[in-house]
Amino acid sequence: MSGTEARVEPAAACPVPARGYDRIVLGHGAGGGLSADLLRDVFLPAFGNPTLRALEDQASLAIDGARIAVTTDAFVVKPLFFPGGDIGRLAVNGTVNDLAVGGAEPLVITAAFVLEEGLPVADLVRIAGSMGAACAEAGVDLVAGDTKVVDRGRGDGVYVTTTGVGRVPVGRRLSIAGACPGDRVLVSGTLGDHGIAILSVREGIDFETPLRSDTAPLHRLTAAVLAAGGDAVHAMRDPTRGGAASTLHELAEASGVGVVVDETAVPLRSEVRGACELLGLDPLHVANEGKVIAVVDRAATDAVLAAMRADPLGRDAAVIGEVVADHPAVVTVRSALGGERLLPTIPGEQLPRIC
Amino acid sequence: MRYLDEYRDPVAARRLADAIAVAATRPWTIMEVCGGQTHAIVRHGIDELLPDAVELVHGPGCPVCVTSLETIDRAHAIASRPGVILCSFGDMLRVPGSRGDLLAARAAGADVRVVYGPLDAVEIAAKNPDAQVVFFAVGFETTAPANATAIWLARRRGLSNFSALVSHVLVPPAIRAILGDPRNRVQAFLGPGHVCAIVGVTQYELIAAEHRVPIVIAGFEPLDLLDGILLAVRQLEAGRAEVENAYARVVAREGNRRAVAILDEVFEVADRTWRGVGPIPASGYRLRPEFHEHDAERLFEVETITTAESSLCRAGEILQGRLRPTDCPAFGRECTPRTPLGATMVSAEGACAAYWACGRRSEPAHDAEEVRA
Repeated sequence: MSGTEARVEPAAACPVPARGYDRIVLGHGAGGGLSADLLRDVFLPAFGNPTLRALEDQASLAIDGARIAVTTDAFVVKPLFFPGGDIGRLAVNGTVNDLAVGGAEPLVITAAFVLEEGLPVADLVRIAGSMGAACAEAGVDLVAGDTKVVDRGRGDGVYVTTTGVGRVPVGRRLSIAGACPGDRVLVSGTLGDHGIAILSVREGIDFETPLRSDTAPLHRLTAAVLAAGGDAVHAMRDPTRGGAASTLHELAEASGVGVVVDETAVPLRSEVRGACELLGLDPLHVANEGKVIAVVDRAATDAVLAAMRADPLGRDAAVIGEVVADHPAVVTVRSALGGERLLPTIPGEQLPRIC
Repeated sequence: MRYLDEYRDPVAARRLADAIAVAATRPWTIMEVCGGQTHAIVRHGIDELLPDAVELVHGPGCPVCVTSLETIDRAHAIASRPGVILCSFGDMLRVPGSRGDLLAARAAGADVRVVYGPLDAVEIAAKNPDAQVVFFAVGFETTAPANATAIWLARRRGLSNFSALVSHVLVPPAIRAILGDPRNRVQAFLGPGHVCAIVGVTQYELIAAEHRVPIVIAGFEPLDLLDGILLAVRQLEAGRAEVENAYARVVAREGNRRAVAILDEVFEVADRTWRGVGPIPASGYRLRPEFHEHDAERLFEVETITTAESSLCRAGEILQGRLRPTDCPAFGRECTPRTPLGATMVSAEGACAAYWACGRRSEPAHDAEEVRA
C-alpha cells in the first residue's frame, strides 16, 4: 500500500484553483468530485496516515499476525423504505460489501442509530427486523450499538451508521491501486438499479414493472470471484454513490492507469436505460448497492466471468472494459458509433441521499 | 430500446457519413442551433465521422447558458428572502451568478427546490399557502408551453402565492442575430427540432429566404443529425437555400396549435438580453398584463443588481459559433464543470460542458491534472 500513498499525492498538489463552497452543499455527499475535495482538503490533512491515505473501502490492519479489515458507513437514504429494501438492509449490506470487496470475510458489525422524535416505533421495529435478516443472510452478528434521539424536525426519521470488522485471509492482496494495463474490467450485473429505484419512488416515475433496488450482500459473490481468479483478481469495488464512474476514476487514479469502457457492453435494465435517457442521466453515474466491479488479469477473464454468472447475484455479469497504459488516471467511454469520450465523475449533486 | 436504437445504428451512421463525404466537394460550415444537438454530436463522436470539409459549429441553443446574469442574480436575491421557495430545473442551480450559484444560496439557508416539471412547482404552492413559491421559468419555445400552462393553471386555481421569474428566449431572433453579424461564418443551420415541434417551421422559411441560407430541421439522435447534415450539404452544393424537415416524425409544418395557443394566451414577445451575446430585440417572452400578479419580477422588488461576469469567460463567442470551447484560454484550466466561469460549462446542453464531458481538450498534457482534481 505504500505505492498507493505516493500516487495519491499529485491530487493534493493539483494546481487547479477550486472555486469551492464556503458551506457544505448536497453535492459534497454525492461521491463525486466534491466528495473527493472534502477528503483532500479536510479529512486527509486532519487524519492523514498511510492506511487512510490508501483510500480503500476498508482499512486493512495487521494485528498480532492476523489481518483485520475495518470499515464504517453512514446511511441517510430518503425514503426509509423503498422497492427492494430499506435503510436497515442497506446499512448492513453496504458495510458487508465494503469488507467483501477488500477480500475480507465479514465477521461482525455494529450500528449507531440517530432517531428523530416522533418516529413511529413500528418503523424502527421494521428497520431493525430487516437489519437482523440482512445480518443472517450475510453471516454476521451485530454485536454492539448505540441509540440517540434528536428533536423533531432535526433529523429525518432515522440515520444509521454501521461499522464492520472482517478477517483478511493470509496472502490476499486486493487494492484499488492494483490495476495493470491489459486487465479486464468486469461488472457483476445491471448498473443503476438502486439509484433509479430510489428516484422512481421519490419523484413518482412509474415503470411498467416496478424497479427494485439491487441492495444485496456480495460476500459470496466476491468469494466466488476470488476462488476462480485467485491472484489474477487485482481489485474489486462496489460502485455505490457516484456510480461506476466514480469507482473507475478511483481505480484509474490510484493505479496510475487508463480505463476504456465499452458503452455497448454495459448491462442495463431497459427501465434504467429509459429513465436515464428521459432524465439526462448517465447510467454510469447512478448508484448501485449490490454490484461489484472486478479488475482481473486478462488470462483469468473467462474463469471469473463464469464464476460471477454462476452466482444468483451475478447472472448478468459482463466484461465492460479494459485497463490501458495510455492516458493514466483518465477514464473514457467508447460509443456504439466508435467515438470515444471522456467519462467525467459526477460534478455535483445528481440525486442527494441515495444511501 | 425501441425508437432509440434504430436511430443509433452504427452501420446506417457510417453509410450516411460516407454519403456526406461524397456530397461535400468544398469546405462548408454548419451550425447546429440546439444545445441538445451539440451534446449528441460530441457524445456520439458524430463530428469525428464527418469529412474534413464539413465543419460543425455550436449554436446558442442552450437555455441555461443564455439566461442573463442579471436574471440569475435576481433569482438568487429572491431565493434568499425569507418565506420564499424557489423552484427550478436542476441545471440552473449550478450556474454561476455574481454572488455564487443557487446551491450556495441553499447552503446559506434559502429554500431552493429542484423540480422536474413546472406543475410540480404549482403543487408546492398549493401545499405551502404561507410561502411565496417562485418558479424559475427558463427555456426556449420547447419548454415555454409547459411553463405557460403552469402559470395559467395557478391563476385559474387562485394560487396567489405562485409566481414565475420568466426568462424565456426565442430561437429565430438569435439565428437572425448570428446571420446579421459581419463576423458570421455559418453557411447553413441544423434547425432546432423540438422548438419547431411547438411553433412549426414557417418562421424558418422566412429566414432561409431573406438570408439565402439552408435550414434543415433536425432531431437529436445520431442518424437524425447525420441525415440533417447530408441534406444541408446537398443544399449548399446545389446553391439552394430552403427549409427541409429531416425530423418529420416529430415536427409538423404548422407546429402544435394547442401549445402555440397557450403561449399566446400567457406570454407576449419582449426584448431580452442573452448572456454572452447581449440584447436582442423581440427575442423572448414575458408575461402578459393579465398575469402580472404571477410575475415574480414585478412582485419582488430587488435592490439594484450589479452583475460581475468573469473576465476570462469567452462563452459569448462560443455561443455564436465564433470560437470553439477549446479555443477559450480558461477551458479546462480555471473553468471546469466543478469550477465553472460561464454557464456554457454548467448546463448539460452547454457546448463547453459537452466538450469537457466528452474529453475534448486543447492540451493533452493537462488532462491528468484535471481528472485528478
